[in-house]
Amino acid sequence: MTTAAATAGERTAKAKPATMAQALGRALRDSMAQDPTVHVLGEDVGTLGGVFRITDGLAKEFGDNRCTDTPLAEAGILGAAVGMAMYGLRPVVEMQFDAFAYPAFEQLISHVAKMRNRTAGAMPLPITVRVPYGGGIGGVEHHSDSSEAYYMATPGLHVVTPATVEDAYGLLRASIASDDPVVFLEPKRLYWSKADWSPEAPVSVEPIGRAVVRRPGRNATLITYGPSLPVCMEAAEAAVEEGWDLEVVDLRSLVPFDDETVAASVRRTGRAVVVHESSGFGGPGGEIAARVTERCFHYLEAPVLRVAGFDIPYPPPMQERHHLPGVDRVLDAVARLQWEAES
Amino acid sequence: MTVQELPGAAAYRPTPPPAWKPLTDPAPLLPDPEPYRVLGTDAVADADPELLLRLYAELVRGRRYNAQATALTKQGRLAVYPSSTGQEACEIAAALVLEERDWLFPSYRDTLAAVARGLDPVEALTLLRGDRHTGYDPREHRIAPLCTPLATQLPHAVGLAHAARLKGDDVVALAMVGDGGTSEGDFHEALNFAAVWRAPVVFLVQNNGFAISVPLAKQTAAPSLAHKAVGYGMPGRLVDGNDAAAVHQVLGEAVARARSGGGPTLVEAVTYRMDAHTNADDATRYRVESEVEAWRAHDPIQLLERELTGRGLLGDDGIEEARAAAERMAAALRERMNADPVLDPMDLFAHVYAEQTAQLREQEARLRVELDAEQDQHGCDDVEEGR
Repeated sequence: MTTAAATAGERTAKAKPATMAQALGRALRDSMAQDPTVHVLGEDVGTLGGVFRITDGLAKEFGDNRCTDTPLAEAGILGAAVGMAMYGLRPVVEMQFDAFAYPAFEQLISHVAKMRNRTAGAMPLPITVRVPYGGGIGGVEHHSDSSEAYYMATPGLHVVTPATVEDAYGLLRASIASDDPVVFLEPKRLYWSKADWSPEAPVSVEPIGRAVVRRPGRNATLITYGPSLPVCMEAAEAAVEEGWDLEVVDLRSLVPFDDETVAASVRRTGRAVVVHESSGFGGPGGEIAARVTERCFHYLEAPVLRVAGFDIPYPPPMQERHHLPGVDRVLDAVARLQWEAES
Repeated sequence: MTVQELPGAAAYRPTPPPAWKPLTDPAPLLPDPEPYRVLGTDAVADADPELLLRLYAELVRGRRYNAQATALTKQGRLAVYPSSTGQEACEIAAALVLEERDWLFPSYRDTLAAVARGLDPVEALTLLRGDRHTGYDPREHRIAPLCTPLATQLPHAVGLAHAARLKGDDVVALAMVGDGGTSEGDFHEALNFAAVWRAPVVFLVQNNGFAISVPLAKQTAAPSLAHKAVGYGMPGRLVDGNDAAAVHQVLGEAVARARSGGGPTLVEAVTYRMDAHTNADDATRYRVESEVEAWRAHDPIQLLERELTGRGLLGDDGIEEARAAAERMAAALRERMNADPVLDPMDLFAHVYAEQTAQLREQEARLRVELDAEQDQHGCDDVEEGR
């Protein structure tokens, strides 16, 4: 087996453009090289390298037993991973697309999330469930769901989602190393986003559960994560012309939720908009807005607003641009934050 | 970032399972049309008398355990109990064919198998008493938590057996499921995975005739549940589930086959649930007494007792001794179950995550305040009552 160090030595340590997909693949590879109990399994993850090529090369480097093409059955994949974890392995499961993960829900909810609790801590399950999620790639139906609210509503699961290349690497490594099950949501429309990134340079990763301020600002906070982060960053730049200095908070982890970073930001700015592409009703934004209101009520100059996908089944690809919250919709919400002036 | 290594992780290198080619002729996989029997047939001559006597003692103990646990529901000491009376031969044989290093994956009705495997009878009942979900450490006993959702433990058995094989351990997983469970998707996915991976797993279907109230005829159109095996590429075996010697032999062969790298087996044990689904169920609504009577004549304990007494291996003294031992077990269980379990409400938050989230810490503090207030209130009540 090639060690990470040996390969690193052959490569230049200089940062160069890398995609999120490459960073995710590298995180899997480095985790497998470091810990022989890490196993990757799923449909098409072996020879093909995954339909998004995230697992490309792993079967070749580590063998079929470490990166395994399974029968096409999501409950079976995750259920087998449960048994593997019970015997001391660290399975990393790939669910090919967001909506394909639903057959595995019973395993996830009834066993993966609860095994530590059911056994009073005797049997934790260190399983990482990778789910490419969200829209914006022109996928036909059942290929663009944002399922985070379902996972968030299940105690026992960590739910994380990177928005940058560096976080994709660091969060995935942290997820695989976690002794708790993690639903790792990969914003698939950011798979090809690039950043100057060096896999050899030490990557400092905070523990799962820390949000980060991506852009400091004074007038309002945009609270977002995953695929909506670039939208919010663009909106913040555009808002400068309107005289708004927006702060952008990237949650990175939906469970656990970083109340402190979010509340500190909103207390500084006094205004907040939650932005995500999953449906608004019963969605993550409602929970986040409630938490912010509870902690920051006396600091707020306006109600916490939500910019979310419509409360509709994910639309066909030719219509998805109307559904996905874009820069204009975010700016419109920011304009509505001038509550005093309007009322 | 630190990666926490599991014990023994550094030494672990997965080893590949042997190469496997699907069979082109399915005939060897098909079960015999009649359930296999040992008791009352010529095959019994090969049975080990010591094993038969051990099976007998365990069956008697198991039946008494079922009766005692059912009685505990009436006294409010158990929230619910799904009795396996009539199915003791399956339960006991499942426990006795396994080596210590093997794993048992029981369903909610298989408390008896867990106890026969050596689990403390009280620890086995905590789920049904309602104080803890699992009253024992699964790794210590190599018994998975009693599984309430149907058939979802079967893929776990496959994954565990596969992992054990990769680690080079000759461990077998035996997974138990009912006839109703064979209709669930997880049953099919587990069998398919097991066959494709050639995992050392034995699936034991206890066909007890009813899934709560739904009879087998409304559950499946297959000639037998054992026939389902052939579609996945594994042998199916049909056995008389009330014949303890036969169940032990068939499961023993399946376990040996799995251990030697021969892959999984599906065993259907044809038996009957003499009691209702649980103490809360009324079986008279969906089955007739004459059917129950017919099965009573095929009672697993009577079958074995008749064989053993007929062959001069068991006399009145031996029967009495087995009953007395069962009675002692029941008395001890009764006494221990009469004590209220001591519960710590803070345990509610202790095992959700490895490290508590800030949100859980807040909620724990809130419950602590409520409990302190309750304590103060009770303290005041005591003072007032004392006056």
